[in-house]
Order: sequence, then structure tokens, then C-alpha cells
Amino acid sequence: MKKKENLKKNRAVRKETPAATNSEHRKVNWKLAGEFLHGFRNNIVLATLSVLLSTAFSYAVPYVTSFTLDYVIQGVDQSTPAFLLPLLESFGGRAFFTRNLFLCGVALFIFTGLNCLFTYTRRQNIAYASEGLAKTMRDSLYRHLEDVPYDYHKHASTGDLVQRCTSDVDTVRRFIQLQLMEIVRTFVMFFLAAAVMFSINVKMTLISMAFLPVLTISSFVYFQYVRKYFTASDEAEGALSTMLQENLTGMRVVRAFGQQKSEIDKFTKLNTNYRDTTYRLIKLLGLYWGMSDSVGYLQIALSLCMGVYFVWRGEFSLGNVALFTTYVAMLTWPVRQLGRILADMGKAAVSFGRLDEILSAPLEKEPGKSLTPDLSGDIVFDHVCFGYERPNDVLDGVSFTAKPGQTVAILGATGSGKTSLVQLLQRLYERTSGSITINGTDVNDIEHGHLRRNIGIVLQEPFLYSRTILENIRICAPCATDEDVYCAARTASVHDVIESFEHGYETLVGERGVTLSGGQQQRVAIARTLMQHAPILIFDDSMSAVDSETDAAIRRSLLALNRKGVTFLISHRITTLSQADNILVLEDGRITQQGTHSQLLRQPGLYRRIAEIQDAVSEGDA
Amino acid sequence: MYIEEQDFAAKRIDWSVWKHLYRYALQQKGLFLTVIVALIFVALIDIAYPLFTSYAIDHFVVPKSLDGLGHFAALYAVVILLQGSGVITFINCAGQLEMKIAYTIRQDAFHRLQELSFSFYDRTAVGYIMARMMSDISRLSDMIAWSLVDVLWSLLFALGCMATMFALSWKLALISLAVLPLLAFISMKLQTLMLKHQREARKLNSRITGAFNEGIMGAVTTKTLVREEANAGEFNELTGSMKKASVKSALVSASFFPIVMSLGAIGTAFALTLGGEAVLSPQTAFVGALTAGTLVAFVSYCTQIFDPIQQLANILAEMLGAQASAERVITLLNTEPDITDRPDIVEKYGDILNPHPENWEPISGDITFDHVSFQYKNGERVLDDFSLNVQAGQTIALVGETGAGKSTIVNLLCRFYEPTEGSIRIDGTDYRERTQLWLQSSLGYVLQTPHLFSGTIQDNIRFGSPGATDEEVRQAARLVHAEPFILAQEKGYETEIGESGARLSTGQKQLLSFARVVLKNPRIFVLDEATSSIDTETEQLIQHAISHILQGRTSFIVAHRLSTIRSADRILVIRGGKIQESGTHEELLRLRGYYYDLYTQQFCEDRTAESLGSVKPERSLE
Repeated sequence: MKKKENLKKNRAVRKETPAATNSEHRKVNWKLAGEFLHGFRNNIVLATLSVLLSTAFSYAVPYVTSFTLDYVIQGVDQSTPAFLLPLLESFGGRAFFTRNLFLCGVALFIFTGLNCLFTYTRRQNIAYASEGLAKTMRDSLYRHLEDVPYDYHKHASTGDLVQRCTSDVDTVRRFIQLQLMEIVRTFVMFFLAAAVMFSINVKMTLISMAFLPVLTISSFVYFQYVRKYFTASDEAEGALSTMLQENLTGMRVVRAFGQQKSEIDKFTKLNTNYRDTTYRLIKLLGLYWGMSDSVGYLQIALSLCMGVYFVWRGEFSLGNVALFTTYVAMLTWPVRQLGRILADMGKAAVSFGRLDEILSAPLEKEPGKSLTPDLSGDIVFDHVCFGYERPNDVLDGVSFTAKPGQTVAILGATGSGKTSLVQLLQRLYERTSGSITINGTDVNDIEHGHLRRNIGIVLQEPFLYSRTILENIRICAPCATDEDVYCAARTASVHDVIESFEHGYETLVGERGVTLSGGQQQRVAIARTLMQHAPILIFDDSMSAVDSETDAAIRRSLLALNRKGVTFLISHRITTLSQADNILVLEDGRITQQGTHSQLLRQPGLYRRIAEIQDAVSEGDA
Repeated sequence: MYIEEQDFAAKRIDWSVWKHLYRYALQQKGLFLTVIVALIFVALIDIAYPLFTSYAIDHFVVPKSLDGLGHFAALYAVVILLQGSGVITFINCAGQLEMKIAYTIRQDAFHRLQELSFSFYDRTAVGYIMARMMSDISRLSDMIAWSLVDVLWSLLFALGCMATMFALSWKLALISLAVLPLLAFISMKLQTLMLKHQREARKLNSRITGAFNEGIMGAVTTKTLVREEANAGEFNELTGSMKKASVKSALVSASFFPIVMSLGAIGTAFALTLGGEAVLSPQTAFVGALTAGTLVAFVSYCTQIFDPIQQLANILAEMLGAQASAERVITLLNTEPDITDRPDIVEKYGDILNPHPENWEPISGDITFDHVSFQYKNGERVLDDFSLNVQAGQTIALVGETGAGKSTIVNLLCRFYEPTEGSIRIDGTDYRERTQLWLQSSLGYVLQTPHLFSGTIQDNIRFGSPGATDEEVRQAARLVHAEPFILAQEKGYETEIGESGARLSTGQKQLLSFARVVLKNPRIFVLDEATSSIDTETEQLIQHAISHILQGRTSFIVAHRLSTIRSADRILVIRGGKIQESGTHEELLRLRGYYYDLYTQQFCEDRTAESLGSVKPERSLE
């Protein structure tokens, strides 16, 4: 009956490779699911209602044919429901209809039209619900990932998170859009058809529906079984694609070693394997579609032949035969599909579980008081300890005071705790003990946004958004004029560099744009931070990729700004550190030396050792 | 992370593109014919089904007789089973056809990729090639195989239905099929519209993926800049337009089926009205006499014929959509390599699949660059009249800023590029007088980011020398001091290193890539030295490995490490595609030029890092 549709769906089956075939079982968080769906319950109710109506009208269409055959043409009213007969008589009975046969045609058209209308409203409502749900999920995932603590991102894999936010959301969306309503529709179809058929003839109904449960169950079992073949095909494709990727990225190595031939052999092996595993899957699917097709048609043939028999016995009519065979034909496809959908439902649950995992990651700790004080005063670290595994394995009792207008420089080896120290100030991490106060207020009592807006930080490997340079620099001060941006860029010694680009400030950077060199990125980030006009500034080794002359130039222009807040400088260059008002030498989480350049030069220690090395070189006797 | 596809829709079908691809299908003549025969068979049976019902009504139901029902049922069942096996056959063959086409195109394309020159790889992103090789080819082979099935079945079925209808009653057929042309037109229009909207949604979808990627990678920066609100706002706008586009796309496709079906119902309504009349009053009816069975069959054909029309519209639209993929794949297949070996040379020395190493002259390692110039296709001149004479066994260090032309010199030497002017001679012979494989099989090449392949450690060391014994592999590993870390792995030499060596550290990967070269024992060694951070211990191991490899070979090193530079026989300072300074370490230091500055700066940074006991800072020479 609908061979073509089978084929189409069959192809859809093959294309729709499962996003996740792993068997992680996570209980569905119904509360979360409920929250997500809450906003769309009207759409879902309307969609369900539409399913009921469209199914009813779709059944009415063959009924019109059956009515025409029995009541109008043959004059048999045994198949017409008793309650309709008086109504039909009031029109003028059979004679009226034989005279106005076109009414049957009109009825057929109207019922089809109504079926179409409600089919449309079903899909319309389910589109609103599923796309709306997808938006809600994406938005909350995005927001949640922005609001989780710094530590979360340090340990998470970007690829995995993006994968979840895109394909898992899509799996859930598809479930709502395609599968959920299909399940509802199949049940509605089945029960409505059963109701109509039972009201006509119980025995014939039982005979006509005999194979349907067999079809559902066998397709359910079959698709459970065939899952491992899907997985095998996916894995073969994955292996092929991995090999290809490696070959392409390593093309220089392949050529330099003259290994093209062995690479072709390797590729041929994997390509053959992918071809054969996928073909095995298609073969199995073909077997299934062919066999279940036959079962479906045998069911139709059975009801036709048995219908003939019951007509002969006088218990059934011509119209009934036409009606029953049509209903059975209408039911076989969705019933087969149901088994497959049920077998696939696990996928959506797994995807939803993975989204739930992201959304249940705890958010950043809220500050105790949410104060928004002026932050241009003293910064006091008092016996601050911090650690990941033990409470003080990163910072161990760090104390110092920075006055407004001062520059505090920090020297230390990688892993000595420099970065953690400044991150504690921004509360990217929570200290384990001690206290950090700005202008007398504990940072734990300051509202996050206020605290961070007032502390400008430049990271060693800054991140630029994929927009133009102009937009990147202006990102924290959307109202700033172009002239303000140029000014900040000049301070960061990057204005001339930007101007030298073909598109100047309109150059697109980041993921979809050009890649700036490390030093250029650092300087653009410095300009961006300057636009914040924050009283406290932190340069976390943020000039490491800039040569020493430019470094000096940037520091000179920073000094010329005559800032009132505290500036933190982390660097390895003595020339950078030397002009600071206070230099902290960090070793293994403790401050081992503290003082000005000249004070530190007078004491033995790490600072003097390094100063001597760098001094020797700059004097020119390498 | 993601690639934005310019997925343009073709305005009209370019048959030459498809003809090109159908050649691949025609290579599988047997399968091709089997599919066609099986489809004809299945379509004929599909057309016959309503006739069975019609026969049953006219011969059993209406006369209320059971004569011959047994035979009828048996025949019906046989036809059903035949059709089932027909379905199994054509799905089977079409699936096989699909996979074989994909297999063959991939083989051809991969083969081509192994021959293409680096000028191709320089302007083509790996992601782009991956998309061509995996999804585009899958899409095309799917289209070619299954569109054959779809088109053929739809045409046969539609024509068969029409023919049967005309045979049953040509007048009624004409009337009820009157809407068909309109329907075909509308179907085509709607399909194209649907594709357009889907593309819109896909584009937005890839932007959302990009936004997630940026949001997650830049999460820390966003936090420090307090951009959470603003970013979420922008993201919500994006998901908002995604929702709008998807709903629109869903609504268009939701309206497709109802519109087609309602239009089709007009035909059915006429068939029922006029056909009913013909059954009721055969003498006066406009369309002539009809039996009840014929009427049922007629109505059934009317509802079914619209399905293949929809399918045909769908395939044409899909072909329009896939045309871009087809063009891209054909372009890849037809791209000619820039560097090829002359036919007479291939004849003597063989090609990559059938090399004749017995004819290869051994290489001793004298290298001459004779007035070599090189410019990229875009006209960018990188090397200008560059001359250099290197004796076998010498080590040449290339020093200079990024973009100065160091890599170009090395690429020309490896014949990844060929000089645009001048010539490069190896042992006095222009290397264009030999095959690429001749040179490359004597070449040792280590990249600054070592590239390994999935597989075991052993496989990777053996990469360039497939015939080496286990003992030789071990020896090579020992020589570069890689054995201790290899034996410390769980399975020693049999340890799987993961995709591109993901389970190893950069230093370990570097050591394996050295072992790989040592085993190959090349005459010419090229090293693009790493600037990346490596701990001191590994650094020493690598130094040791390099000094071992340099012995007795002609070596070109793009050098960053002082120790490597110092030990070179000759140091070339490259600026603007020319040699600016040339000589030994001592000679160049005495010059007090660029090399002197570079050296002192690095010396200072190295010593600082040493004192801090930390990882070496990333060097940058802007």
C-alpha cells in the first residue's frame, strides 16, 4: 500500500545514526523534564487534540466510500450505524443520496480537508513545543555554563560540552517532535480503528488485527537486536574518518617518509570494512522490511478473504470489506514504526541525562552580603591559604598590603602560586583560610559582578571573541567612542599594528577570523582591559610574548595614566619588575622576599640571582 | 572547531555533474540491472494489489459466492511473498550499490589526495577535505543509489496506475487525474521552499555550535570581564532566530502533505461521485458502466497516485540541494597536483604505487640551491635569488623571524614545493630529473609539532621502514633514549598511543618521531625545531637525540635552541627571503648583528627559566 513510504523511512533509519550508542543508564530527571515542558503544555494539549481529530477524520474518509457502496449503491443499511439512520431518513433516505451522489464526493473532500487541517495543527503545535523547548534548553545550558565556577571549565573538555549542548539537545528535540507524537498517534489510531471495527463485527476485527501486535513486538525486538550493527557501522565509519584525519594532518610526514602506498593500503582496509559492515546492516534492514511488508499484506489479504466469507454468511457487507481492508492497511505502517520508536526511546533518555548532568553542576558561590563598595583603597592579604587537594598546597599564609596607586610585582616559578594569588582576589577561587580585604571590605562580601568589574585582569593566554578588533576592545564599554578605543590601543602599543592590517580595526579575529600572534593577542587584551577603567589592574604574565622594548613602552604609558588603584604585575623580566613599589617573591606558595628593587638586590635570594643573570646579558657579554 | 559550509542551492539541475557521478553506478552493471528488474517487479505487484480487491468484490462479494476463493487466496499469498522477496532483493542491491559507489569514490579521492601537492594543502583546510570525503560522498552515494530506486519506482508506479485507470475507464481517469499537473507543480515549489528553509536553519545551527564553542572556551574571560549577561543576551537572540527559522521550516513542511492530500481529494471525490453513478445507473452514466469492484480499485488508485508524484518532486529538490556536494566532490577528484614527475622519469623510477627502487641512484647528500626564487600562486614572493652550497654531512641552521622564508627553504628542499626560478641539485642532479619518492625515501623529517599515527609505539617507529625487525626498532629507540619511557608504558612497545598519540606527552612524541627517523637512516635530515614548552629533562633527551641524528648526514635545521644552533657547521640568518648573515656561531657573534641580539636575548631567558626551575617560557620573535 505504502511501499514508497517504507523505503523513505528505511533510508531515514539508516541516516539517523544514533548520537550515543553507549549504554549509560541514568534515571530521567522528571522534575527537570517537567520544568522544561511546562511552558509548552498548551501546545502539547492542542497537538494531542489534533491527533485525535485528524485520526477520526482520516477514518471518516474510507467510511464515506463504504457508505456510498453499501447505503447508496447497494441499498444495504446494515453497516450504517443505527443512530445515523433516522438522520439519513430525514434527508430523504437512499433516494435522496442516489439523486445527489455528489454529496458523497463533497463529504469525502470535506473529511479529507479536515484531516489535513488537523494534521497541520498537530505538526504546528509540536513544532512550537519542540523548537521552543530546544531554545529553552540551549539558553539554560549556555547560561549555566557561564555561571559555573572557574574550576569547572579548567577540568571540562570543550569538545564534550559542545557535543552535549548541540547533538544531545537535538536528540531530545527530535524525540519530542517526531517520536512522542508518533507514539500518541499510533495508540489513538489503533484504539479508534478497533472501536469502529468492533462496533461493526467483533470476529472480523479480531481476525483483521491478529498480526498487528506481532508486528509491533517483532519490530521492537528486531531494532533492539540490530542496534549492535548500527554501532558497528558507526565505529567503522569513525575509524575510517580518524585514519583520514590523521593522514591529512600528517601529510608532510607521510610524504617525507614516502609512505603513500602503505597509507593507501591502510585506507583501503578501513574503507572495505566500512563498506562491508554497513552493507551487512542494510541487508538486515532489507530482510526486515521485506518480511514485515509481507506480513502486513498477508494481514490485508486475510481480512479480505475472511471478509468475503462473512459476506457470504450474510454477516458482513461490501462496504465493510472495503472499510476493513483500508483500516488495516492504514494501521500496518505506524504499528511497525511503534516498535522501532520504543526501541529507540532509550537514546533520548541518555541524551537528556547528559544535559541534566551539566545543568546540575553547582553554580558559583554567592557572596555573603552583595556589597558594592568603592574598591580603590588598600588591598590586604592576611595569612591567606589556598589549595586544591590540601587546604594550603598552593598558597600557604600569604600576607601583604598594597596601597592605592602602588604597583605590586610578583616573581616566582611556574606553580609557585602567583596566578592563584590574583585569582583569589577576583574570587575565581575561594580561599581556604585567612582574609582578603579591599578598602576594608572582605571580598567574600562583595557582589561578583561589582568585584570583577573593578578588577581588570589580563591573562597570559587571552581569549578574544570572534568579532572585529574594535568590538573586542570595546566589549566592556559598548558606549565608548572609536577615539577612546584608539587611545587604549595606543597605551597598549598595538594601535599601529592594528592599523597596518588590511581591514584595520574591522579585522575579524577569533574562531572565524584571522589568528593574531601571541604578542598581538596579549596587547589587544591589554587594551580591552584598559577600557574597563577598573581601579585595580592585574597583568598575569600578560606581556610574555611581547618583546622587552614594547613591554617597556606599555609600562611607560600605563604609568602616564597616573592611576589611583593598585596594579599587579606578574613577570619574569627584572626590568619589568624593578620599577614596582613592592616586589613579592613567591616560592612554593610562600612569600620568601618582599621589598623594592634596591632592597631586594641587597639581600641574597632568588631575586638577586635572576637580576644578575639578566643584567649580565643586557650589559652585553654573553 | 566547526566549518561553515557555503551550502548554496543550485537553481537548476546540472545533468553533466550527475552524469559524471552516475559513471560510478554504471561500473556496477550487475547490481544496477538487478535493482531495476526487482523494482519493475515490485512496482507491477504494487499496481496489481487494488485489482485483487476489485476482483474479490466483483466475483465473491457482490454475487455472494465462494467459488474459487481458495485459489484466489493462494495466488494472493504467492504474489505477496514474491513481492516481499522483491523488496528484499532491491534494498539489498541498492544498499550494496550505495556502499560500493561510496567505496570507489573514496578510494579514488584518497588516492588523489596522496598525490596532491602542498600548494593544495596550504589553501585547503583539513576540515574541508574531511567534509568532502565523509559526509559529501555519503550523501552522494546515497542519492545516486536510492534516487535510482525512488525515481524508477515512482515513475513505474505512477505510469502503471494511470495506465490501469485509463484501461478501467478513460473518462473517469481523465477527470480524476485533472489535478495532477497542478499538484506536480505545487509539490516541486513546496519542496524547493522546504529546502531553502532547512538550509537557513542549518546555517543558524552551525552558528549556535560556534557560539557554544566560544562561550565555553571563553568562559573564564567572560567571567573576568563580567560579560555573562551580555553574552547570554546575544546567545538568546541567536537561539531566538534559530527557533523562528526552525518553526518556519517545520510549518512549510507541515503544510506540504495536507496541501497535496487536499488537492488529491478533489480527484478522489470526483471518482467516487461519477464512479458511483456509473455503478448505480450504468446506462445513463457519463463515464460509462462500472462494477463496484472497479470503483473501489479506482478510488484506491486515486489516493495512491499522489504519493509517487510527491516522491519525484522530493528527489528533484534533493538533487538540487545535493548539487553543491556533487560539484565539490568532483572538483576534488579532478584537482591536478602541481608537482608531478615527468612520464619518462616515472617510467624509469616508478610511481608511488609501483616504485622501482632498483633503478634509484644512491644519495650522498651534496645539496645546491642555484639562484632559487619562489613565489606563491597569489604572487607573494618568499624567496628571491637564493643560492647555497652544502656538502654532504654538513649541518645548516636556519635562523630568522617568522615569515622570513626559513620554512620555504626547507619545503623546497623536500620538494614539497618546486622553485619557480632556478634549480635545486642533489649530488649535482636537478631533483626534477628524479621522482619525488626517490628524494623522499632518503629524507628524514621531524616537525616541530611531532605527528604520530594511531597504533602501537612499535608501529609508529616503524612508520618509514616497514621491513625493519623488532630488534632494529628497539635499537633506534635506544639510540634516541626513548626506550626508558617506552618500557615504562603498560605494554612497552605494544602500547597503543591513541589518536595522533593523544596518550603521550609532547616530549615523548618528539622522541618517537626521532626514533622513527633514526630507523629510516636517511641521507638528508630536516628538523623544524620546536619552540614549545618542554621540561628540562626532556629537553636534554631531545638534544641528545638530535646530536645523534646529525652525525654523518646533511642536515637542515630551522633552529630555536641555542645548543642546536651553536653546534651547526653553518648558521644562516634569513631575512626577507635572503641570507642576511652567514657563518659559524663565533663568526656571527663577532658581527654583533641580528644573530648577536637574538642569541643574547635567548640566553638570558634560558638562564632565568633555569634559575626559576620552571618550564621554559614560550619564545616569541615578533
